[in-house]
Amino acid sequence: MSEHRCDIKLTVNGETISETVEARTTLVDFLREALSLTGSHVGCEHGVCGACTVRVDGVIVRGCLMLAAQCDGAKVETIEGVSDAGEIADLQAAFERRNALQCGFCTPGMLLTAQELLRGGGVPSRDKIREQISGNYCRCTGYQAIVDAIEAVAQERAEAKR
Amino acid sequence: MKITEDSPSALTALDRPNSYIGRSVPRPNMARLMQGRAQFVSDVTLPRMAHAAFVRSPHAHAKIKSIDSSAAKQAPGVVAVVTGAELSKVITPWVGVLTHLKGLKSAPQHAIAVDRACWAGEAVCAVVARSRAEAEDACELVQIEYEELIAVTDAETALDAKTLVIHPELGDNLTFERVHTAGNPEQGFKAADAVVETTFVFGRHTGVTNEPRAIVADWNAGDQRMTVYQGTQAPHMMQNLFAKHLGLQEHQVRVLTKDVGGSFGIKVHTYADEMAIVALSKLLKRPVKFVADRIESFVTDIHARDHRVKARIGVKNDGTITAWEIDDLTGIGPYSVYPRTSGIEANQVVNLTGGPYTCPNYKARARVVFLNKNVMCQYRAVGHPIATAVTEGLVELAAAKIGMDPLELRRRNLIADDAHPSQGPSGIKFEALSHHAALAHLDSMMNYAGLRAEQAALRQKGIYRGIGFASFVEVTNPSAAFYGVGGAKISAQDGATVRLDATGAVFCHIGVTEQGQGAEAVTAQCVASAFGVPIERVRVIMGDTDNTPYGGGTWASRAAGIGGEAAWQAGKALRQNVVAIAGSILQAKPDTLDIRNGVVVDRDTGKERIGLDEVARIAYFRPDTLPTGVQAELVATRHYVPRAWAFSFTNGIQASYLEVDTDSGFVKLLNHWCVEDCGTVINPQLVDEQIRGGVVQGLGAALFEQCVYDDRGQLLNGNMADYLVPMAMEMPDIECAHVVTPTADSELGAKGAGEAGTAGAPGCVMNAINDALRPLGAAALTDMPFTPGKILRALGKV
Repeated sequence: MSEHRCDIKLTVNGETISETVEARTTLVDFLREALSLTGSHVGCEHGVCGACTVRVDGVIVRGCLMLAAQCDGAKVETIEGVSDAGEIADLQAAFERRNALQCGFCTPGMLLTAQELLRGGGVPSRDKIREQISGNYCRCTGYQAIVDAIEAVAQERAEAKR
Repeated sequence: MKITEDSPSALTALDRPNSYIGRSVPRPNMARLMQGRAQFVSDVTLPRMAHAAFVRSPHAHAKIKSIDSSAAKQAPGVVAVVTGAELSKVITPWVGVLTHLKGLKSAPQHAIAVDRACWAGEAVCAVVARSRAEAEDACELVQIEYEELIAVTDAETALDAKTLVIHPELGDNLTFERVHTAGNPEQGFKAADAVVETTFVFGRHTGVTNEPRAIVADWNAGDQRMTVYQGTQAPHMMQNLFAKHLGLQEHQVRVLTKDVGGSFGIKVHTYADEMAIVALSKLLKRPVKFVADRIESFVTDIHARDHRVKARIGVKNDGTITAWEIDDLTGIGPYSVYPRTSGIEANQVVNLTGGPYTCPNYKARARVVFLNKNVMCQYRAVGHPIATAVTEGLVELAAAKIGMDPLELRRRNLIADDAHPSQGPSGIKFEALSHHAALAHLDSMMNYAGLRAEQAALRQKGIYRGIGFASFVEVTNPSAAFYGVGGAKISAQDGATVRLDATGAVFCHIGVTEQGQGAEAVTAQCVASAFGVPIERVRVIMGDTDNTPYGGGTWASRAAGIGGEAAWQAGKALRQNVVAIAGSILQAKPDTLDIRNGVVVDRDTGKERIGLDEVARIAYFRPDTLPTGVQAELVATRHYVPRAWAFSFTNGIQASYLEVDTDSGFVKLLNHWCVEDCGTVINPQLVDEQIRGGVVQGLGAALFEQCVYDDRGQLLNGNMADYLVPMAMEMPDIECAHVVTPTADSELGAKGAGEAGTAGAPGCVMNAINDALRPLGAAALTDMPFTPGKILRALGKV
């Protein structure tokens, strides 16, 4: 391993990956360029817009603020994996029903951010939902439809638990 | 005319069984977007693809004395380092003028600056490498010697004799001027009991699309073809421009537009760096990709607004408006943007000011001046937010001055709903508007009287809430009067081709494009309804100049009204073709047949006669069984362009309810309402979401967004931490409703809805803030964005 390159071993969406990465490569660039997982997007590259949101060891992170080299040994989940696993099928259905996306560029990050709140259980207030997604920039919708969709899923899941 | 609520009705004005017109069917393209399976241009990779990065001018105005690229050329992974002079052998410069904007002038702009950089951020040299990272590394090794020149950065002094002229060959810094007088403004002001005069300022802001501009150009020397993957709103326009400036025939260029991560008018222009990418691909004979990073987006994506409007209104004590006058000054960049020009926004301000009202006495001047800042051009609702805020700001200041309720003053001056066709003070023509119906609906929807009572009660407790309104008109469905008459090859018409496949499903190829607004869904709805199939059987193909009818694309709220009508007509034409063949098979007269829910039926009884799959099977595989001389034509194409009216104006009114914290200067948006009239509503949910998203974009302009430049032409806040955009916490829920006045210019009767929200929201919020602060004696706030600091200054607290 040279000064500028690192060998990393991690799981991405359940698959074991061993790669050599440049030390400066961000997690989101690694996912997009090395693994062709292009569902995680690059919007601002400084941690403001949330388009690059992915899960690392079960917690959502900004893929542009974390280096791939930091993910050695980590469990990384992206929209592709979470979607294929069916974990957020109800949330995706609610987004579709409510037209909670237009261009869709923010949507993968928005879904993962919403799912983190929903996994906590209960029916959060609209203000709490807005706070949860307050770091995810959407230029198209004005957010109301997104809040509606997340709220609807919280209610559905709470109902299903009873 | 009828009022519709937020929730859709299943019935339709358009007389077809199983119609999807007026129904909130979901968009067909959402699943891939939600699963991370979309294809944005930033996701595209091609074999042998190289990546470009640009060295950009750090100076707002500088002579480029020398460029030494020798070290950069040796850097790891570098394919080429190319200067403006070298690239100018591959691609010709352009001048952004339109002949119908009389006197508009600009200078030739190169893909990469040659000899001189005219704004901080203009590309001066390109580096192409195996990866973007390596290209950026090598950019740092390019040695450029600049001689800094005086930067012209103040629009107010740009025309002074002592100010440097940016393009000496043009004689002065005046890009465009329009003067317009109508009626008798002088007499109007004399007849007024009160005159209100103020200056409105609109911050320079930009689109901040979540996906930055992105392009992959692939010159295949073997095919002699250029394939361009581009996140654009107007693929055919770009095809024409790439061909023209690369010296190719149009058929040698294919523009492909798949998923686009937000547009809003940002992605409908010619960008120098994107022109450079197609030229670099031609030069290097391999695919070249460029995705703007966020800082590049701030200094190169078109900026918009930045108007200073001195304005006055005359009003009688009975509320009658007697005259309007505006003097607009806007500072653009060093070039008028190609091909739509940077004169359109100021021109629209002149066109639209006073638009909703009967007062004909109007005097206007608009001047557009060159500055050494980033270029300016059309952004969502072009000119409307300025004209609306000026008009509505004047109306509410006049109402306050004569002590009249602001809605009452509007009632006394808005053009009557039965007075159409009519025209605005500038001469813009209105086919049919519904200002009064919209206002009445808004009044009850928001419980205006109740809110006023609440506002008064809370003031007693030291809580300052404000209610503000903005009536507006919106330009939609533009005819060739917008660009075509000015010589730009921007199509006003659009076409749709529908084709029955061999199993009874339908393909529709159409020239308008999907930017997330739902054009694909609307197209499918129109085709499914007109032809007579379940919507799941319609597949829409867009964004490919090789495979769609020639069309304008998506801008000026045209995709649904124009593209939708073309799709509707094409669907009808295919139905005629199919029932002709079915008639031949069934030995029935075609006019006794119809297609419903994918089955050919007896028109009168609805009795099922033959499935579309069977018609297609016979037509494609057993045509030998058809009578001699009968040829099935299972493809139909129709085009549409508005002809009776230059523009299909819509109208509406918005209201804002907000609270100002008089200690911190923060504004809390509590509620927002919009009642608008876009004619036939094809998909109520999509229309409402256009309104909501548009309103929020306008709220950003009112409260947060501004590109802050220093006097040397440096953008000080070119990142998303410092340039504030609306985020979820600060935005209110928005209630929408519609008055429906279809245009008679098309069978569908749909007008556009994409920009109404953005048109009205800033003025509406301005009026609400001033309403909140009026009892505190604050000077009227008219300088957007209304930051906490400005509010505290108006209150005399800082």
